[in-house]
Amino acid sequence: MTPSLTGFLILSAALFCIGLLAALSRRHAIFILIGIELMLAAANVNFVAFWRFSPEPTQPTGVIVAIFSIAIAAAEAAVGLALVIAVYRHYRTTNVDKLDQLKG
Amino acid sequence: MSAAAFIVIAIFMLAGAVAAATMPRLIHAALSLVVAFIGIAAFYFLLGAEFVGLVQIFVYVGAVAVLIVFTILLTRRDQENTSGFNWGGAVVAIAVFSSLVWAILHTRVSEAAPQIDPLTVKRIGEVLMTNYVWPLQCVGLLLTAALIGALILVAEEKR
Repeated sequence: MTPSLTGFLILSAALFCIGLLAALSRRHAIFILIGIELMLAAANVNFVAFWRFSPEPTQPTGVIVAIFSIAIAAAEAAVGLALVIAVYRHYRTTNVDKLDQLKG
Repeated sequence: MSAAAFIVIAIFMLAGAVAAATMPRLIHAALSLVVAFIGIAAFYFLLGAEFVGLVQIFVYVGAVAVLIVFTILLTRRDQENTSGFNWGGAVVAIAVFSSLVWAILHTRVSEAAPQIDPLTVKRIGEVLMTNYVWPLQCVGLLLTAALIGALILVAEEKR
């Protein structure tokens, strides 16, 4: 017996929801970034799984999209962590509940 | 693709991801995130996309995880009140997961993976340099702009 596409889809749904849990329920900015990275990785698993189980896998479209997505996720992580450091330098905290200067 | 390998890697990866999301100490969460990323790379190997698995290990384990650990060390003095946990997020995540699983189980998908030739790096390089050459250049430009922007963001302000 080999794993089916449904197995991979349920697995990446679980990974996405763990990332969502980290992004929604933690109050530290770095945890929110970790959650976003997990969600992006779940989307990449879906791309590659759909490519592998597609009727015509000779065109590596899903693989190419996953590679581009990883590159963009790396850029996002670099900018996000730079923002965390800049915010920490300014406010001396990375707790997102305390960053409420724009609150009316 | 064997079912045993799938189950073992799934348990390994999901355990790493849950630990990354729920660990109270930030540095432990970052190290669990590395475990989850290695599990995801193992899934790419299982799916026959070896190049994506290697890219995943190089980029995520080699660069992103190290970047996260550096940021944790640079913002270290703010560690005491970080263990707060909002249970509303858990409710939302479980609701999203159940609706996703419901949708997946009610969708008819092709069950058997077709037999394919191994996807070589040569083939990926050919496709990247012919069909996808403009997206490739755009991603290069985006990475340059993002890294310069990150450097400007963290540069010390002149007084």
